[in-house]
Amino acid sequence: MTVRPDRTFHATAKLAMQAPVENFAYTLMLSPDFSQPDGLAIVDVNPKSKDYGKVVHSVIMPNKGDEFHHFGWNACSSALSPLNGHPFLERRFLIIPGIRSSRIYVIDTKGGPTKAKIHKVIEPEEVFAKTGYSRPHTIHCGPEGIYVSTLGGGGPDGTDGPPGIFVMDCETFDVIGRYEIDRGPQDKQYDFWWNLPRDYMVSSEWALPPQFEKGIVPEDLLSNKYGHRVHFWDLRERRNVQTIDLGANHQMALEVRPAHDPVKEYGFLGVVVDTTSLEGSIWTWWREDGKFHCEKTATIPPEAAAKDDLPPLLRGFEAVPPLVTDIDLSLDDRFLYVACWGTGEMRQYDVTDPMKPKLAGSVHIGGITRKTKHPGGGDYRGGPQMVEISRDGKRVYWTNSLYSTWDDQFYPDGVPAAMVKASVGENGGIILDKDFYVKFPEGYRSHQIRLEGGDCSTDSFCYPSV
Amino acid sequence: MSEWTTAGYLWLAVIASGIYHGVNPGMGWPLAVSAGLLDRRASELFRALGLLAMGHFVAMIGILLPFGAMMTLIVWEQQIRIAAGFIVIAAGIYLLINRRHPRVLARIPPAQLALWSFAAATAHGAGLMLVPIYLGLCQAGELDVGHQAAATLMTGNLITAAAVSVVHAAAMVASGGVIAIAVYRWLGPKFISQSWFNLDIVWAASLIVVGGIGIVSIGLAQ
Repeated sequence: MTVRPDRTFHATAKLAMQAPVENFAYTLMLSPDFSQPDGLAIVDVNPKSKDYGKVVHSVIMPNKGDEFHHFGWNACSSALSPLNGHPFLERRFLIIPGIRSSRIYVIDTKGGPTKAKIHKVIEPEEVFAKTGYSRPHTIHCGPEGIYVSTLGGGGPDGTDGPPGIFVMDCETFDVIGRYEIDRGPQDKQYDFWWNLPRDYMVSSEWALPPQFEKGIVPEDLLSNKYGHRVHFWDLRERRNVQTIDLGANHQMALEVRPAHDPVKEYGFLGVVVDTTSLEGSIWTWWREDGKFHCEKTATIPPEAAAKDDLPPLLRGFEAVPPLVTDIDLSLDDRFLYVACWGTGEMRQYDVTDPMKPKLAGSVHIGGITRKTKHPGGGDYRGGPQMVEISRDGKRVYWTNSLYSTWDDQFYPDGVPAAMVKASVGENGGIILDKDFYVKFPEGYRSHQIRLEGGDCSTDSFCYPSV
Repeated sequence: MSEWTTAGYLWLAVIASGIYHGVNPGMGWPLAVSAGLLDRRASELFRALGLLAMGHFVAMIGILLPFGAMMTLIVWEQQIRIAAGFIVIAAGIYLLINRRHPRVLARIPPAQLALWSFAAATAHGAGLMLVPIYLGLCQAGELDVGHQAAATLMTGNLITAAAVSVVHAAAMVASGGVIAIAVYRWLGPKFISQSWFNLDIVWAASLIVVGGIGIVSIGLAQ
């Protein structure tokens, strides 16, 4: 508890954009063969620093086999709403779930990113016993504390009951229990986010654990058995109020990115692959007169490829699907970044008109067949994956690994950890920074990035930008 | 000190506590700013202020009425006032020790502002802060008119409870309202984080002080 609100909390997204820029990034490192414990790398992102682009500190966990994926803060700008009743929390603890072990680490960053250390470990048994869920994933801080989405239900393979969201105490980090009172038809889970003053939440679907833990299951994909629905919730009543089916061919609805300005009642959703065309797609969802709607507003075509250049999984198609695995929206709700992990492209769309995304910028790096090198000369294996945007919207960072077993299927030569950065032009357009090419310790892969003081996929704002 | 001035000071305390509650962002004025900005209409800001005031008023009168009713038991009057003082002190100590995030409050939807305002005021013991002041006013009124029938006294106490709650809630919404309008029109949302101080300890201490004064004043009156 502090005397003044944390200086990284901002009433509006616009104020957050004007705040001091980030000097450090937090990047998750995972050991794909579970031979080493996973870790959190602290990367210096200050161009004026002698350690620019280097890992300057790391927190290595005491266990192996956690498989780090996504993570988030204990508190964000949403604390500035009196409705939430906790305005004096500090943005201090990073909550890092192990997607494979169901263990959750709480990392204390008091004293600065380079002093980060383990504060608390929540063992999987506590998560299982108190929630009946497993495989915790997305973290958001909100009205009741910390909300955690999970990918699995109970039982050893996570299929005993549907996965869902649970709530953690934002001060003690005790697991409190399930979020849902009425989940309606929701039976799979991936991402979720919300509009706090408008009191609704949106959640998406990836797959059940047997469909991803040992690798992608081609038969399930081709028979459209992965997630393809989006769910809308009455946030505080904890009730599913509407489910929209995108059509079974739109397989794997992943990141949910609502507009940051709560006046705007719309947002975006990325779909990995259309099984009829191999396209990736961007969908826009919106609320009108209390009803939710969702429409496909942009598609990205596959690229033709010779059989021999493809991994066994894709040989039959003679094409590389773009595989839209992550999207992220800038704080001014102007640019949507779309990671095409298969083709090796980071796209930037101008979404000033959310119903008509316009391609504004693109860079190629990595890719299944393109294998584009970093402009600094370094190798980049895998493709652009988890993407994070600086609060001011001028810098974009991304990593290259999707998920241990899937990496091996799409990129059989391996996906050693990489993290790169692009600069954004005044009116769009992105260029890779040839001097920013992070070297991680041997044997690791890299996943989600969080920026010091908040970024474009953590904070929820309770006041309109004026 | 004449009886008139005692009552006068107590009414000032009712107004002052209203202003104190009103300027505290935790009692809701930022929500009025948010409502106005979300609908881009000042009328929504005023509507939200009205709901906040209503909730706060109900929280006040809900606490004062039972005490007002008890005060008709003339024989026990002192004991009741002493007990009330201790209850207020106890609430202060409780808030001082238990500074956890009240999660139940966070479950109230933004659309139910009056309910939220009521719950927030109740959870923070805002009504209790008024109890010693109110009991002082009841006694001042009683000394003014001399001993009366219980029924008349009861009516008097209840009217006083209503009057104290109305005046307090009016002062609360006026002070919070002035800030909300200033932020909405001129200062901008940045003022929300700039002006927010952690009053948890001050607030809890206020309860202890008010309860203490309530008890001490009984001694002084004798």
